[in-house]
Amino acid sequence: MTETNDVIRLTIPAKPEFVSIARLASSGAASRMGYSFDAIEDIKVAVSEACTNAVSHGYKQMGNGQIGIVMECGSGAMTITVTHNGESFDASRVLQELKPLDPSTDLDEVSEGGLGLFLINALMDHVTISTEYGVAVQMIKFLNRDGVGHIVDKVSTTE
Amino acid sequence: MNISIQREANGENLFLVAVEGEIDVFTAPELKQGLLPLTEIIGSKLTLDLNETKYMDSTALGVIVAALKSASKHQCQFVVTGLTPRIKRLFEITGLMDILKREQTNGGNADD
Repeated sequence: MTETNDVIRLTIPAKPEFVSIARLASSGAASRMGYSFDAIEDIKVAVSEACTNAVSHGYKQMGNGQIGIVMECGSGAMTITVTHNGESFDASRVLQELKPLDPSTDLDEVSEGGLGLFLINALMDHVTISTEYGVAVQMIKFLNRDGVGHIVDKVSTTE
Repeated sequence: MNISIQREANGENLFLVAVEGEIDVFTAPELKQGLLPLTEIIGSKLTLDLNETKYMDSTALGVIVAALKSASKHQCQFVVTGLTPRIKRLFEITGLMDILKREQTNGGNADD
């Protein structure tokens, strides 16, 4: 049997008020594919985090950028790629430093940000970040698999 | 997102902040604006009720961390309550749950 992925493409302005549109679309597609309630919520958070990063970091100064969201619905997995042409970053360094909040640190030292990529990585089954042109975050969620996997060695980068 | 802020009728500095709907990059700043000033009232007791919060992500976690910090600085007792299984999961994955539990000894805590 040859597998043809159904593809949904969405472009939203890189502005905070449009992130919920990407969330709605991804939850609709995931629900259509038969994901569990928890998996759909995981996908919503991951897509939101990727879009939030694009809004906050990618277009800090410009304010007129666009975020591309491509959702490929295969038979056993959904692959979502969130791209933007804003400011890039050192993906390999950031990925190495991904960690949850550390309860042993002083409250003053606890970071108020930086959990977005950590959550994407924790909630999705496979994550790839490409920083060749702008930033592209590709996230895969398999059907019929527990959402939270092991965090170590799950991410890769292409630069 | 809808935020309701209630103050106890007996005139003490007891506040209940209930958030209904979705907390994301668009709505989190409004929550921060509503919440932070209450944590700055010395000796106040502030409860954040998330029972009707249908969605949240790292932007909301950031607001809660900011509120915890400010509360600790101003001797405000900050409590997060009404955690749905979804929100509890996010708290646990990110380590925020451990921090909330630790702050219990300083006045704040996390309830189910």
